[in-house]
Formats: sequence, C-alpha cells, structure tokens
Amino acid sequence: MTAPLLEIENLRTWFYTDSGVARSVDGVSLHVDHGETLGVVGESGCGKSVTALSILRLIRAPGRIEAGSAIRFEGKDLLTLAERDIQHVRGNRIAMVFQEPMTALNPVFTVGDQIAEVARIHAGMSRRDAWEKAVEMLRLVGIPAPEQRAHEYPHQLSGGMRQRVVIAMALVMNPALVIADEPTTALDVTIQAQILELLADLTKRFGTSILLITHDLGVVAENCARVIVMYAGQVVEEATTAELFSHPHHPYTEGLLGAMPRVGGNAERLATIPGTVPSPTAWPDGCRFRERCMYAWERCAKEHPPLYQIGAGHVSRCHLAVEPERRSQPHLPVAAQQGVTAA
Amino acid sequence: MTSKSPAGAGIAAPTVRRRLRGDRRVWIALGVLAAIVLTAVFAPLLAPYDPRAQLDIAHLQSQPPSLAHPLGTDTFSRDVLSRLIYGTRVSLAVALVAVSISITFGTLLGAVAGYVGGAIDAVLMRFVDAAFSIPTLLLLIVVIALWGDISVVSLTLLIAGVGWFTVSRLVRAETLAVRDADYVVAARALGVPGWRILGWHVLPNAIGPAIVSATLAVGNVILLEAGLSYLGIGVRPPTPSWGNIIEEGATRVSDVWWLTLFPGLAILVTVFACNALGDALRDALDPRQLLPAHDDAPFA
Amino acid sequence: MTLLSVRDLTKHFPIKRGVFGQVSGQVRAVDGVSFDIAAGETLALVGESGCGKSTTGRVVLRLIEPTSGSVQFDGNDVFALGAGDLRRLRRKMQIVFQDPFSSLNPRMSIGAIVREGLTIHKLAEGAAADARVRELLEEVGLRPEYASRYPHEFSGGQRQRVGIARALSVEPTFIVCDEPVSALDVSVQAQVVNLLQDLQRDRGLAYLFIAHDLSVVEHIANRVAVMYLGHIVELAAVNDLYGTPIMPYTQALLSAVPAPDPGVKRERILLAGDVPSPANPPSGCVFHPRCQHPARDAACAAIVPPLEEKAPGHWAACIKQPPTAASWEAQKAAGGTNSPEFFLPRAALHRSVDSTSAHQSLPA
Repeated sequence: MTAPLLEIENLRTWFYTDSGVARSVDGVSLHVDHGETLGVVGESGCGKSVTALSILRLIRAPGRIEAGSAIRFEGKDLLTLAERDIQHVRGNRIAMVFQEPMTALNPVFTVGDQIAEVARIHAGMSRRDAWEKAVEMLRLVGIPAPEQRAHEYPHQLSGGMRQRVVIAMALVMNPALVIADEPTTALDVTIQAQILELLADLTKRFGTSILLITHDLGVVAENCARVIVMYAGQVVEEATTAELFSHPHHPYTEGLLGAMPRVGGNAERLATIPGTVPSPTAWPDGCRFRERCMYAWERCAKEHPPLYQIGAGHVSRCHLAVEPERRSQPHLPVAAQQGVTAA
Repeated sequence: MTSKSPAGAGIAAPTVRRRLRGDRRVWIALGVLAAIVLTAVFAPLLAPYDPRAQLDIAHLQSQPPSLAHPLGTDTFSRDVLSRLIYGTRVSLAVALVAVSISITFGTLLGAVAGYVGGAIDAVLMRFVDAAFSIPTLLLLIVVIALWGDISVVSLTLLIAGVGWFTVSRLVRAETLAVRDADYVVAARALGVPGWRILGWHVLPNAIGPAIVSATLAVGNVILLEAGLSYLGIGVRPPTPSWGNIIEEGATRVSDVWWLTLFPGLAILVTVFACNALGDALRDALDPRQLLPAHDDAPFA
Repeated sequence: MTLLSVRDLTKHFPIKRGVFGQVSGQVRAVDGVSFDIAAGETLALVGESGCGKSTTGRVVLRLIEPTSGSVQFDGNDVFALGAGDLRRLRRKMQIVFQDPFSSLNPRMSIGAIVREGLTIHKLAEGAAADARVRELLEEVGLRPEYASRYPHEFSGGQRQRVGIARALSVEPTFIVCDEPVSALDVSVQAQVVNLLQDLQRDRGLAYLFIAHDLSVVEHIANRVAVMYLGHIVELAAVNDLYGTPIMPYTQALLSAVPAPDPGVKRERILLAGDVPSPANPPSGCVFHPRCQHPARDAACAAIVPPLEEKAPGHWAACIKQPPTAASWEAQKAAGGTNSPEFFLPRAALHRSVDSTSAHQSLPA
C-alpha cells in the first residue's frame, strides 16, 4: 500500500487575538491518496478553510501553527521546511483554488500574464515559452479563442471564466495536489456544474489529487470518493462517500443531511440543528456538539470523544460508537430547551 | 449566547471602541491633548505673570531663560512662559471652533449632495472643485490683506470658511456608498421619510472619515494660524498666540532662540498628538479584520 | 384572490459613457415580465445571476422606478400612487434581503431597527412599542432581551431573523424574499426556511421568493417562475416544473443541481458558454445560442417566443415546444427548418428517483 500523498497529523492552528485564543483548528488529522478527491465538509467556524491555508503555511499573525502538528507531503514535513523551500512547493507541487476568482486574480495584469508568471517562476521558462504555455492552459480549461482571451484583464471575463483561469493557474505546473476551497460557491449552478466537470476531467487525465472543501453535500456526493466532516475545529466523521450518505454515524452529519433541502425530496419541514456553533475561543468541555445533539447523555459532557472506528475506513467522533443503544433514546437537545433558540 | 462575526473562525470582530482602547497611541495622544486643553482652561492659575504686562522694559528686555522667567522674556519684556500659556487659549480656540464649524458644515453639505444627487450634487461639487483649485494660504493672505485689521473671531470664521471642502468630498463619497446599502433600501421599503433616513441611517454611517478629518484638521489649523500670525496677519499682538511669539523672534533666531524654540515645540507636540489620534481613529474605523481574510463559508 | 398582478414589467438601466454621461446603451435587466400572486401563496422566482430576478422584486415594490409596465397590489396601481399613499401601501408589502451583514444598520440596536416601522406608521408608541418589539423578536425565534444589542453581535442567521422581524413589524400581507437564505449555512438555512413557512401559515402571508437554489425553492414554493436574461421562460406549479420541465433552460438548471445522493448517476445537461450580457441580449429567443433543443433553428433567432400555456397551469416560452401559437408558416417565414417537437431529456427528471438503478423512469 503506497503512502498517501498528503498526510496531516494533529494539526492545530490557533489565533491569538484580543478576545482570547481561538483554536480554529484543534487536532485535525487526515490524508489524501494519490489521484483521489477528498471532500471536506463543514459549516462556517469549523476550521476547514484554516486547515487549507495551514497546509501551505499561509497563516499569518496572530495565527500560528502549534508545535506538535505535522503535515507530510511527498515524504517531507512541510512545517519544518525553510521559507524558500515551501515557496518551491506553493503553486508548483500544491496549488490552491480559492472561492472568489475576482480577488484571486490581479486586476492590473492580463490573465495570460498571470498564468505565465507561474510558469516563469517555477519552471524558469522564457517569456515566450511561458506565454505559449499560458495559452495552452487556457485552451485546456475550455476557454474559447484562448490566444485572444489571454490578452484580456480579469474584469473583462465572467465569473465562470475567471474561475477557469484560476484553475489554469493552479494546474500549470501539473501539481500533485490541488486544494480547492469552495471553488464554485460564488458561481451560478450551471457554471458550477461546468467547473466541477472540468476539475473531474482534468484530475482524471493528470492523476491530480484534490482536497475539495465545501459546505455543499451535493457537490461532495457527486465528486468525492471519500468525505471528511468537520465541526468545531475537529474531524467528526470520515468515510467513503457512499457510506457517509447511506450510513451516517455522527449526529452532526445526520443533522446536515436532514437539513438539506433536496430536489425531489418531499419533506414538509426541513430537519434543523438547533443552536449555533460555539465560539472557537471557548470550545466546550467534553463533546463539542453535545448542546445541539439529540442523543447526548452524561458521558458526552465529561469525556471528549476520540475518533472511534465504525467500519472499514469509517470513523466517527461520537460515544454512540460504544453505547449504540442510546440512539433509540432521542430527546430535545439542550440548545432547543433553552427556551427560544435562534440560529 | 455566543456571538459570531464576519471575521471568520467565529470570533467577534473587535469593535471600534475596543480597538481604540487597546491602541497605545490613543492614550498618549489623548494625554497630551488633555494637558494642553487644561493649560488653556487654567491659564490664569498657571501663568506666573500677566501675558501682556511689560515688566521692566529697561532691564528685562529679551532675556534668555532664567529661574524667574523659565522661558525667557521677549522684546517688550513680557514673560514668554505666560504668553505661551495664554497663547494656548487662542491657538486652541481658533482651531477647535474653526474645525467644528467647517466639519459640521462640510458634513451636512456632503451628505445632502451624496444622498440627493442630481443637480444639487452637481452644483455643489463643481463649486468644491473650483474652490480646491485656489491655494488656501494665498486666499487667506489676500482676504486678510484686504480686510485690514482682522479680529480673532473673524479670523476663525474665515479659516472655517475655507476648510470645509475636503470633508464635504469625503462625506459625499461615504454617503454614496451607504446610500445603496440594503439597510437604507429597507428603510425606504418601510416608508421612512427621506430626512429621517439621512439623519438616522446615512449620516451615522458616513461620518467616520469626517471624524478622522476633523482630528487631523485641528492640527492643521493650529499650524495655519501659527503661520498666519508668523506672517503678521493672523492674531495680532499684544494678544499672545504661538505664531506671533515666533514672529517676534523671527529676524534674530540665533539671538533670541527662546522665542522660536518654545512655541515651536508646543506646536510640534500638539500637532503630533492630533495626527497620532487621527491615525489611530482611521485605523480603528477601518473595516479590515485581524484574522485571515478567508472565511469558512460564503458568509459567516 | 389575486393579491399582486404584474403585467409587462420592464426595467432598463441606461449605460452612461463619456464626459457628459451620454447614454450609449441599455442594460435590459427586466424585459416584459408578467405574473400573478394570490393571497397566502408563494411564487418563487428562480434564475442565475444577471437574470433580473432581484431587480424584478425591487421594482414590484417600487424601490426602483420602472421603465414601463404595471403592478396592481391589493387593488392599487402601485406606479400611479403619490408619495403619501405609497407610504401607506408600503406597510402591506415588505422585503427581506439576502446579505445579513448589510441589511441591518450597524449603528442601531436591533430593538430600534424593529421598532422603526412602528414609529413611522404610528402603530405603537412608548411602552406599547417596546412590548410589540419583544413580541416580534420572540416570534422570529430571538430572545427579547437581545433588543438592546447591536447587529455585529449576532450571527448571519440571527441577523436574518431580525430582518424578518423588521418586515413583520408593519403587518404586511406580502413579502418579497430576496434570496433570504443564500448567504447562510445549510443548517441555518433550514431554520430560516422553516420560520418563513411558519410565518406564512400563521399570518397568511404571500411571498415572492427569489432564489437561485432550486432545492430550497422546491421546498417552499407553490408555483415557480424561471427567469433568464430579463424574461420569464417558464411558469408552473412546483411539482409540474420539477417533474416535467418544458424549457430547455429549466431542464439544464435542474440537471445542474448537485444531488446529495451518491447513488444517483444523472446525465448532466451542460450548457455551453456563459450567460450573455443583459446589455446585449441575443435576438429572438434570448436563450437560443445555448439551447440544445433538437429542433432549434433560425426561427429561434428571429421570433421572440411568447409565454404560452403548454399544459394546464404550465406556461413556457418556446416556439419549438408544442402547442405554440407561432404557426409553422410563421416560423418557416422567419427561416425555420425544424417543426416543433416535444423534447424532455431524461437527465432533467428528479421524480421517481431510484437510487439503485442508473436510469430514471419517465412519468406515466
């Protein structure tokens, strides 16, 4: 069994602010294999974006990656690399695609220049060669008339086109891993479909791995082989996509699946998860989800659940793994009991 | 109930007040300015001599600093320290009053121009554009020269009259941005009348830059008044002001250096404090966040 | 009973160029939109960015002045009202916004925000107003003690609730919901959608629900209108639209929605290219350059398709989907070569989904 391409071990990224220490990422471990697309799902405040930024060490003060964290990529621990070496990795071996293409692109340079710049920096290409490469990449991502389009500025392109340019920039150096942080959230649904199709196609062709971060379970279902669910700075469930959707274990995952309206579904009322995510400056003791959980019992308040093995490749951070009979005793979550709730 | 914020990672974005409290510059600046204001207020108690009293024209003319006169005496044997202390009143009063008037006027004009738009906006802004093309100092010099003997009150009003252009532009720009905000549209949808929208919704959110501008303007006006008085056309002696104390010693700086140095230091410290406060205010009002700009979700 | 009646609503925004701001073109944001909403009903307006749905919502409330067309609300001609009458009518028709972070005045406490409507319309004063504000906050699921807090102390979902409370304060009968949940997390979306449904049931509200998320819309709407480049291209009861979408654009839109079910393997209808600019819409049918209908031809570029009733209560604007008033002769005269034929690609279907089979069955 080959070693995974990326292995994150006990990542902790904390922010030292005036309001206290925000433990945005608090012990996250995951791995991405060669050629696979891993989905990371979670809502705001769960730490998924900070995790992504941590991999490429893009965290600035007051944030800091704590000691004891390890991020192994292609055999090296990225956290111990010198600045010059990590720059060699960024854009070259690991590329990132952000949510907002308009802010990811520099408005004063043509899109051709921006893609060419990546090639010049990392491959040392001459101006002409880099430009040729840029045009080729634009063609690859499906932009019509790429020779002309390369001379255009970001504001002259539509949102979908810009995101394609960003993807072209990410793929220029044929990286082993692409981290896509909500790459389609800002796009219309038909464009989203195009972009996801493009990503799937290119990764199959080049064997690129993708770490796909999103809040949309539908996107995960259609594009990812494996899924990780994050909550309150930690991984709460990990499984293959099929397994997660058919047999979710963690109550948060269940809640998310129930809260999603789906086309063709006929629920009268959407199932909701009462309460809100706690503040990262003050994670509760024990299980961080317990106030919103309909199965929680005394153990959940006292003991922080580890990741229990549920099945092959399926783990869940929930005490229901060892006391499954509690699942037949649902009750109103504490957050809902506190009188009027509010999201 | 936990509070969440648009700062991402679920941390409350520090409020303006919070940021100001934590900024050391603010405390130092406020301390300095407080000292100056108190000096002005308690001038009679603090000044050892009457600032206009010519103490001993024969023997105490142009004396360097000594124990009896820590900041020396001027050409009319008046105690410089006392003049400096009383001069604080004049310089500060001119600055504070002129800035208050010009900021208020400029803010209202800018807000109305920005909110109402159309012809009113066009006319006002063309006027401001034209006014900008005239150098303020030159204009003031010309007007005062024609005026003749100008009183401190008139001087203050004149300075106010040429000082409102910048802030009106700033507030207009901010108003344009606020005007299209959803909460303003919501107020219109509720049926809130225009004047109330302007007063309750637009102005409170558009005055941020005006406050910064006002703080910096105080420093600028002190400099301006000092400059005019130095040229002999600002506050006229025997009323002391920082500028005209410097003016008295202007021709013989190396001989009567105390007439230049001490008022100069006073101006330096005050303007510096104003600028520091203004900078701190600008930073505090800046909507930039402390955490990485990247949110975990489209909106927190 | 029809509460709102919109006819041929048009809004063009002039594009100004040059030193003197000469008008060089028009952005045809809304181009001849017509629909009705009955009391207590939810009509959803869906479409992608730039289709004109938000503008439609605001023009209906006359928050933006129309270019032409008419809106009848509760027997009043909205565009003909004077300022005073319009203000009185505003009580009945309100709006909830998309962005929870810009829809509340950051300098006002949420209690003051909710109270303003009561003050303006003299519905309550002093202690009575305070009591009413507390009631409204409770009704939307917020603790009344929060009235003195400021918007920045709340999360997106909570702010959205404040916005809803503000809209409810003046006792409206109709609310334009402009993408009210698009900016919220999934679990929070669910809470707010449920709230909106409860309020509709308790207060008999009618909604114009503007959204781009087709899954949320199916959940809350009675009827759905699909917009593209300023036109309504399809209008039907929700089950009909999702079950048998007639318009090629609707079909593509539905097939693009990612299904949270890994078992479903759906052929996606991928639209080529991007949405054209509303400043320069295609001639004839605005969708024709991207349309994949097998009968698409030159007539589509020449004839503007009228919104016609293709089945009872199901309207669509396509000259190639029968029945159509655009006669075959007229189409041929315009350069048409293909006769109309009904086309419903399998990929568009969401009903009768069988997750164990790769195919989906057509409805009987």
